[in-house]
Amino acid sequence: MMSKAGFYPDTWLLVDCLREPDRALRLNDADWVALITMARAETLMGTLAYRLKDKKVPKPVEHIISDALIDSEYQYRSALWEVDCARRALQSYDGPVVLMKGSAYAAAGIEASHGRSIGDLDIMVSEGGLKEVESLLIKAGWEWVKEDDYDDAYYRDYMHELPPLIHKERDRMIDVHHTILPKTAKPNPNALAMIADAIPIEDGHYIFMPEDMVCHCAAHLMADGDLAGGLRNLWDMHCLLSDFSGAAGDFWMRLKQRAQQHELWDAVHLSARQANALYGTPIPTDWMQWSMRDTLFQKRLLARNSWGQQRHKLLRFAFYIRSHWLRMPPLMLTKHLLTKWRKGHKAHEL
Amino acid sequence: MHETNIQVGPASFRIGSVWKEVIDQIEMLYASYPKPKLTDYTVTLDAVRPWRRFIRPSAAINGDFMLPDAAPLPLDHGLLGVEMGVNLQMALGWRRQLILHASSVEKDGKSLIMSGESGSGKSTLSAILGHRGWRFMGDEFALINHDNGFAMPYPRMISLKNEAIKTMKKEAPHAQFGPLMKDTPKGDIQHIVPPADAIRKMEQGAKPALLLFPNFGYDAEIREIFPSEVFMRLTQASTNFVGLGETGFNTLKRLVLDVPAFEIAYQNGDEAENMINQLWEQL
Repeated sequence: MMSKAGFYPDTWLLVDCLREPDRALRLNDADWVALITMARAETLMGTLAYRLKDKKVPKPVEHIISDALIDSEYQYRSALWEVDCARRALQSYDGPVVLMKGSAYAAAGIEASHGRSIGDLDIMVSEGGLKEVESLLIKAGWEWVKEDDYDDAYYRDYMHELPPLIHKERDRMIDVHHTILPKTAKPNPNALAMIADAIPIEDGHYIFMPEDMVCHCAAHLMADGDLAGGLRNLWDMHCLLSDFSGAAGDFWMRLKQRAQQHELWDAVHLSARQANALYGTPIPTDWMQWSMRDTLFQKRLLARNSWGQQRHKLLRFAFYIRSHWLRMPPLMLTKHLLTKWRKGHKAHEL
Repeated sequence: MHETNIQVGPASFRIGSVWKEVIDQIEMLYASYPKPKLTDYTVTLDAVRPWRRFIRPSAAINGDFMLPDAAPLPLDHGLLGVEMGVNLQMALGWRRQLILHASSVEKDGKSLIMSGESGSGKSTLSAILGHRGWRFMGDEFALINHDNGFAMPYPRMISLKNEAIKTMKKEAPHAQFGPLMKDTPKGDIQHIVPPADAIRKMEQGAKPALLLFPNFGYDAEIREIFPSEVFMRLTQASTNFVGLGETGFNTLKRLVLDVPAFEIAYQNGDEAENMINQLWEQL
């Protein structure tokens, strides 16, 4: 039989149910299946499961939710275990080791970590400390993934992180950053300030202070990449903004100042507007200036159909080009793409 | 997108394909299975490039749970693609029971579980026994309940490889076979529909009574295996043991401590059947 689309226009279904989980309780079977498929495709199933967990859902969905919660629990546990492994490996390192993204949210126990899928361990240290951290990690069993000389040199010369390392026994990856955007990107965030103002947490690691956590999340979402998996990162943004803005009255002002200091105001502002439009994140009224560009970003974020497949091929390609454009100046981009092309690499995310 | 839904044991799948023939094949083979509306997983077959839907059709397999870099298959092997996609959903997504990469059959309310690498003969043995007085429960995954330790059936289409195709055509000439797929990455493959009672009773579990590790192609031999080794082997044979954490550990521990385990080597189905009957009577 030919497929009958649900009554819902695709990815909006996922966004709406994340924002207001009670909406899911009125779905028909086809919409439930579409919702679950899209949530998995956007690695938001754990988050959705967490949002729906005590609600009266159909029996088959109950099982799916419980599977997803078991998986998130496992990811949470293993993420914290990796954090601890890194702590032990880096015990003799003097400088602060700042946890980033999923691992930071998990270690700090904030809302964004609930049900979130956590893959690699991301940490940041000062650029001066890279060599020592690298050799300590290698001594503790992490190994290089990329054997390729060009890629290795590329990472070391231009990127904001070391080439990824994988632990030889646990098969888990660690990304060691010294700043939050490629060195060749236009914005030049103040990495030293980020490390200096980081907050120590119980186990000896650090996390970014709230404004920097938002700045990093926005940089990751808008200024470094083609927005693939963007809905998950935007959910992080939604949780962070909702968490932090509730605590202190002048949060928005401090966030704007900090974002400007890091040359990330555009990314932060844009992310906040998108989070507000899709997830209903409360943001100040004078931050809401929707433009044509916002509409394109929103369309890119909502490019998933009810089968979990990507739509809007041209638009996605445009964002793919943009991601490279942001990452490096034109001449360098040409050289880079030529080298990659010669080696037969394909842009297989397209 | 053409689509169909199937239920196999406790799990259900929505299968979509841009090619109608693949869906028709599935609907024919799974004609007697339930078709639930609200499914656990989605698997799709799509053209790798838009024009490859029509010119040298090449099918990319996708699903809710995927491994990176899955190789596309020619459309003639579409059914194998769906099988691989469906297996991946179970292997990576399922948490409701402990999954063992094993075949299983049932007699007198008790189950026999056979675990082994691809080529060990576990799948063919379960298919043969399913036509010789046992109830076929599954040729690929045995699902072990966390609460009572029962093995639950997962009686999907039996996937026969190479010589096993001939063996089963002799064993069950009247069974329903799928199309023969030649020269797939796994050799020649043909599916066979499980016996009717296997499908009818696919919600009926059975307490495990015997664990076997078959080894096809060696001189006949039976060797007992101790729980410590069985445990290690089954952690390797389970796709979700690690992801289940403590629950998985407890489920596997109970199975290993409660159920006697043997390795059997054999040259043909009759030989294996004799050894299995001998061990079964000694229980």
